[in-house]
Amino acid sequence: MMPLLTMKKRQNLAMLLRYVFIIVFAAFALFPIYEMVATSLKNEVDAFSIPPKWVFLPTFKNYQEVLFEGKFFTYFYNSIFVALTATVLSVAAGALGAYSLARFKFKGKKLVVIGTLLMRMVPPVILVVPIFLLYNQLGVTNARMSLALVYVALNLPFNIWVLRTFIMEVPKELEESAQMDGCSHMMTFRRIILPLIAPGLSVASIFTFRISWNEFILSLVLTNRNTRTLPVAVSLFLTDTGTEWGKITAIATIIAIPAFIFTFTAAKSLIMGLTAGAVKG
Amino acid sequence: MSSLSLRQKSTPLMFLLPSLIIMAFILLVPIIMGLRLSFFEWLMRDISKEPTFVGLRNYIELFKSDNFRTSVFVTIRFVLSVVVIEIVAGLILALLLESGLKGMRFFRTLFVLPIMVAPVVVGVMWRFMYNPSYGKINYLLTQIGFERVEWLSNPDIALTSVIIADVWQWTPFVFLLALAALQGVPQDLSDAAVVDGANYMQKLLRIKLPYIASILGVTAILRLIDAFRSLVVIFNLTYGGPGVSTEVMSLHLYKSAFVSQRLGLASAIAVLLLLLIVILSLGLLVSNLRNKEN
Repeated sequence: MMPLLTMKKRQNLAMLLRYVFIIVFAAFALFPIYEMVATSLKNEVDAFSIPPKWVFLPTFKNYQEVLFEGKFFTYFYNSIFVALTATVLSVAAGALGAYSLARFKFKGKKLVVIGTLLMRMVPPVILVVPIFLLYNQLGVTNARMSLALVYVALNLPFNIWVLRTFIMEVPKELEESAQMDGCSHMMTFRRIILPLIAPGLSVASIFTFRISWNEFILSLVLTNRNTRTLPVAVSLFLTDTGTEWGKITAIATIIAIPAFIFTFTAAKSLIMGLTAGAVKG
Repeated sequence: MSSLSLRQKSTPLMFLLPSLIIMAFILLVPIIMGLRLSFFEWLMRDISKEPTFVGLRNYIELFKSDNFRTSVFVTIRFVLSVVVIEIVAGLILALLLESGLKGMRFFRTLFVLPIMVAPVVVGVMWRFMYNPSYGKINYLLTQIGFERVEWLSNPDIALTSVIIADVWQWTPFVFLLALAALQGVPQDLSDAAVVDGANYMQKLLRIKLPYIASILGVTAILRLIDAFRSLVVIFNLTYGGPGVSTEVMSLHLYKSAFVSQRLGLASAIAVLLLLLIVILSLGLLVSNLRNKEN
């Protein structure tokens, strides 16, 4: 039969098949997210009805209940505080460290580079017990700032490493001429390096914010009912009530909002950050 | 030594100091503490008392424990399954989207979304979809003529359910890396192959795959490391159950510390998990260095 199909027709058929595959994959990727958002907008009857109601009258009742009953705003504030603090501190410290590793030669530099790379792989769960004990001894458990500091550390290796590759791409001549004009290292760093690595700073910020905003296990162990963050709140809600899916999916959707925003406004930075490790090396 | 050269010598350290202090205090010190603690018996409820030194007893107990051994096997099954499936599916997806397709950038953006979603949310989403009475997955299955599946209550199936959720979230990551690698294949190389009469499969096997093999290898190790660390989705999807059928090592660690309250034993698990990940990471470093040389 093959000869009957012209080259052109075969190409068209191949193209069509590719689209069919991709649309199936895309449906698989999007359906769980759609299902979560849709359930959060359904009333109780619609949410549980089988066959499912694909067309329904959206209601914000779940959001109203989630937002105005219970301690949602406390958890929301905790999440924002922890994620923003971690982002600012971790990116700032990371940029300074990256500058040092990109531009200076010193003893033990290789050890710091390899140590940092290895630190990046440490699973948060193995830190849970010792940090819990350490904070307990110091009497700083259940404080937002203590949790934020853990996130600063967890994200530092990635930030140092990403920002270092960005700094290494800045032409050295720029800094040399600035130093001829009498700029100190700190001044060159602030006036020349920082503006030029702005895309790198945004990659580092988005990734730090995302990890800190999403993190669960350390927050579960290191916070109490006043300082816990949204991921812990939704998880406890899940075990406590189990069936209030409208409210559960509403909180889950709220947690996912930054993910939606980042994906549709900064996809390029995200892809850069995700692929940096393997592709650039 | 003049004061100027001293200042120049201390500059790199000054810039590095904030990072070093934070990483030492929050990462290095706790790791060393955990290592030390793995040789002690210490119960959470006796936290005000001194820990008792027990030598290697925690490790010996682990090697004899059925639950620990199960958690190792569950982890290995989970890790190998997700890495193989994700690499194959991600590569196929990348080949489909690689070139000449309208809307490619749109789809690429779309596939970033699952990666960004919080693991807790992933657990919540899939738990709802797997629900036996009103979950949409069983509904869709029965619509196309299949039997209902006990996704989370059957110990023989629960791990598969967990694997599906992980594949959903992380196949896009492999896809993005494979796509970036494919776009790096020099055009003249594949053009030359076409001129020589190579068909699609020949081009794929002889030119593209060898060219992207090293990046795929690094991707596989990155996914391996991450799969060994994964905890939060399982925590919220099955909490290790039914029984211990989905209890991976990291969850076993968590439960040993905060359910059984045995901090020393949990630290021994942490040490073993860390050891495994360090070995994999060193593998990653080596293959990364090799890529650079090529």
